[in-house]
Amino acid sequence: MNYLIGAFKPACNISITFADGKNRKQVPLKKENGQTIMVPLFQSQENISGKISIEPVLGKKVEHNGVKIELLGQIVRELDVPGEIYERKTYPFEFSTVEMPYETYNGVNVRLRYVLKVTVSRGYGGSVVEYQDFVVRNYTPPPSINNSIKMEVGIEDCLHIEFEYNKSKYHLKDVIIGKIYFLLVRIKIKNMDLEIRRRESTGSGANTHVETETLAKFELMDGAPVRGESIPIRLFLSPYELTPTHRNINNKFSVKYYLNLVLVDEEDRRIVTVMRTTAVGKDLSLR
Amino acid sequence: MMVDGVEDEEKWLAAGIAGLQQNAFYMHRALDSNNLRDALKYSAQMLSELRTSKLSPQKYYQLYMRAFDELRKLEMFFKEETRRGCSIIDLYELVQHAGNILPRLYLLCTVGSVYIKSKEAPAKDVLKDLVEMCRGIQHPVRGLFLRSYLSQISRDKLPDIGSEYEGDADTVNDAMEFVLQNFTEMNKLWVRMQHQGPAREKDKREKERSELRDLVGKNLHVLSQIEGVDLDMYKETVLPRVLEQVVNCKDEIAQCYLMDCIIQVFPDEYHLQTLEILLGAFPQLQPSVDIKTVLSRLMERLSNYFLQVEAFSKLNNAIGKVIEAQADMPILGAVTLYSSLLTFTLHVHPDRLDYADQVLGACVKKLSGEGKLEDNRATKQIVALLSAPLDKYNDIVTVLKLSNYPSVMEYVDSETNKVMAMVIIQSIMKNNTQISTADKVGALFELIKGLIRDLDGAAHDQVDEDDFKEEQNSVARLIQMLQNDDTEEMFKIICTVRKHILTGGPKRLPFTVPPLVFSSLKLVRQLQGPEENPFGEEGSTTPKKVFQLLNQTIETLYGVPAPELALRLYLQCAEAANDSDLEPVAYEFFTQAYILYEEEISDSRAQVTAIHLIIGTLQRMHVFGVENRDTLTHKATGYSAKLLKKPDQCRAVYACSHLFWVDDQDNMKDGERVLLCLKRALRIANAAQQMSNATRGSTGSVTLFVEILNKYLYFFEKGNTQINAAAIQSLIELITAEMQSESNSPDPAADAFFASTLRYIQFQKQKGGAVGEKYEPIKV
Repeated sequence: MNYLIGAFKPACNISITFADGKNRKQVPLKKENGQTIMVPLFQSQENISGKISIEPVLGKKVEHNGVKIELLGQIVRELDVPGEIYERKTYPFEFSTVEMPYETYNGVNVRLRYVLKVTVSRGYGGSVVEYQDFVVRNYTPPPSINNSIKMEVGIEDCLHIEFEYNKSKYHLKDVIIGKIYFLLVRIKIKNMDLEIRRRESTGSGANTHVETETLAKFELMDGAPVRGESIPIRLFLSPYELTPTHRNINNKFSVKYYLNLVLVDEEDRRIVTVMRTTAVGKDLSLR
Repeated sequence: MMVDGVEDEEKWLAAGIAGLQQNAFYMHRALDSNNLRDALKYSAQMLSELRTSKLSPQKYYQLYMRAFDELRKLEMFFKEETRRGCSIIDLYELVQHAGNILPRLYLLCTVGSVYIKSKEAPAKDVLKDLVEMCRGIQHPVRGLFLRSYLSQISRDKLPDIGSEYEGDADTVNDAMEFVLQNFTEMNKLWVRMQHQGPAREKDKREKERSELRDLVGKNLHVLSQIEGVDLDMYKETVLPRVLEQVVNCKDEIAQCYLMDCIIQVFPDEYHLQTLEILLGAFPQLQPSVDIKTVLSRLMERLSNYFLQVEAFSKLNNAIGKVIEAQADMPILGAVTLYSSLLTFTLHVHPDRLDYADQVLGACVKKLSGEGKLEDNRATKQIVALLSAPLDKYNDIVTVLKLSNYPSVMEYVDSETNKVMAMVIIQSIMKNNTQISTADKVGALFELIKGLIRDLDGAAHDQVDEDDFKEEQNSVARLIQMLQNDDTEEMFKIICTVRKHILTGGPKRLPFTVPPLVFSSLKLVRQLQGPEENPFGEEGSTTPKKVFQLLNQTIETLYGVPAPELALRLYLQCAEAANDSDLEPVAYEFFTQAYILYEEEISDSRAQVTAIHLIIGTLQRMHVFGVENRDTLTHKATGYSAKLLKKPDQCRAVYACSHLFWVDDQDNMKDGERVLLCLKRALRIANAAQQMSNATRGSTGSVTLFVEILNKYLYFFEKGNTQINAAAIQSLIELITAEMQSESNSPDPAADAFFASTLRYIQFQKQKGGAVGEKYEPIKV
């Protein structure tokens, strides 16, 4: 049995360590299998450097046609010419000032990953491959223009409201502050929620596929207001798993966020006002 | 249907309590193990039970109280958490992550309480944030309870003067603003409750709503407890703001309750200084608001306070404005306002009749635009208004000084006028009020004219006969009450009364003439008293003048007609004239009585009564000379003999015997004519017996004979020599024979009468002495 197990085991163990692994910030990353692991966090223009250790199993020698490390989709570094490894061998690596303009993204239909891939190429018995994920987040300066949004919407002779959000762009730990004024109320409202929805579109042209998720459902009001009431909004974003807005990343996908104001009347009919949060909202609609 | 609803509600409440307790259990575990995350999770779930819409306010309150208790524990925990190093600011954010608003806000208020205590932020900022955030609950019941919770936890944390939470300048303002805002929002929610649910359950809802009123009123109480709210602040900010909300909510229940609340919770001196502001709000209230009740509460409070000169004019002005501003105010409202103002005025300024008169005058002015009152409740208020001065002064004489008093009476219908008149008379009776001048009497009778005469258009046939009698008897009592020792004035009073009662018509005169007659006769006796002016000044009151008036007064009864009553009154007058030694007057009265007897009294029974009255009166007259007396006596005897029934004839005739025998007057002892009368009576008795025998086959009873026997005995004892023992003896034998005759029908009463008469004779015989001797010859 031991022999058999040994036969399918890779011939060597590959480990990847980052140069500043101990100090670098670690962030959780949800893998495809649903597990969450902690991975280091980088941003664009950083050096990605470290060491690769390759250790043959129990003193066996490993013949190989070369060892390389790739920063997937981007850069390949040859670490070793073809040869044999008899004992633990360590290769330092460094990708200097890597341009990583896109941030790691884990969506429904699309993932944007940054992965280090180490390959020990072998002619027979198959190559030994090891992956190391890491997360890239880029810090952008606060937008120079970040207007509040104020808008009056309504259904004729039925409901007129005016709402106000303090900003049009929010950072991930931000607080949405606002107010809703009821200018005309002719329907019996039961409650009002603020929803944060994420719209992820993949592909392009005819093959565009759109997926929408509700990430937060936050009750703003309980009961029926009368004309003249104003209801405060204060929503802390930190508890929710938000990502920055992505616009047409590499012509592959986009991620946008919307704030939906949902009014539910006593017959459970929903009246929704949609507000894209990242742009100065023009495409407000009521349906 | 109803029962099901109640049962269902019990079930829902039980389910709510169970859910609450279960989550409270997990919350306690989390608290014990210092697990903040779980504590927040389970407390939010626990508070979610308060999101129900299925409970009535009363049941919801039970659920709320349980949650309230649990929140106290949570607050302790939050406090300990901050001691363990958890930042209160973080905690304040953390609880706001809760997705449902109601639990979120309860938690926020709870942490907010700890936040204020920590003093890491000024109390006013936290309070402002809390009261703002609570706007998210627009459901009336849930909102009311949430805000009530906020009010509860913040009460001891207001940045009041002298409080440990007092901040920089104007901190009291913040405390006041906070309470005012919470009050305003709570009132809005409370008023809105009436629109929740189907219209048919509105009554039930309004009842439930009333049960919650103290939640709203509590805020006013808190305001009144804020040390820093002094008179200036109350006048400049608190009162105007509260009134603004009260007026704007346009809701009857809320306005009634809150106005009363304002009056009750703030101190008297504040009210006195702000009367105009407070009263200025009254005209703006809903027309259906019972302003009177509210206002009278205010006045009650103020009148208990020490006397304030300003209060009256302020109240008077304000009420005038109220009534002017509310043109379509029902007259009931106006009258009620005046009524409460009058009560207040009388209480505070009993010495200022002019104030009371001003109020009445204003009332008249208002009433003058309305015509006669139709509204029942309004007339009731008028009665209350008019009764107030009576109750206060217990003296109609004082009330008569109120010149507008009668004018108010003008505007009530005749029914109310009567009610009021009765109230006045009862007051006079109760207090034994002396109304001693003719002018006052005139004014009084003008006031109670509803009883004195038929007011225009009053349908008399609708009046209950008993009520009418009761009323007229009251008037009669009133007439008897009028008294003045000064005979001149008394005569004027009588003339005044007479003038009024003569307008009363035939239904009233029989009630009102007799007391007037007796009152006049009293005056006659007074005139005979020691104070009588022996010189008989020209134009002064003399008995003769009174008698003339009496004659004219009694004459009015002819038209009623009430001849029997008139006859009695003539006889009374005749007797009085007799006492005054006025023979011609007495003769005139007798003449009138005789004329009445002859011309008006035709009923035989009435005749019998009348003839006995005549005989009785005539017997006592001593003023007549022989001639006059003969005439009158002769007439009376003649009338007696002409009565219809024999027994009546018999009795009247033997009664006439007394006209010839007056004990204390020697010149009036005519034994012969006495005997003639008695003999004549006997003849008539005999005739009666025969008539009875002829028509019925049996003789009547011997009662008449026994009665005549008694007359014989009377005169025998009095020394009438014409009546001797032999005559008596033969009469006894006659009776005995009658009784034994076959045709006699037995009559036990007559037998007993005869037996006791005989026993009397026996007794007299045995007495011995002169009497015994006199009776000696009679054998029984």
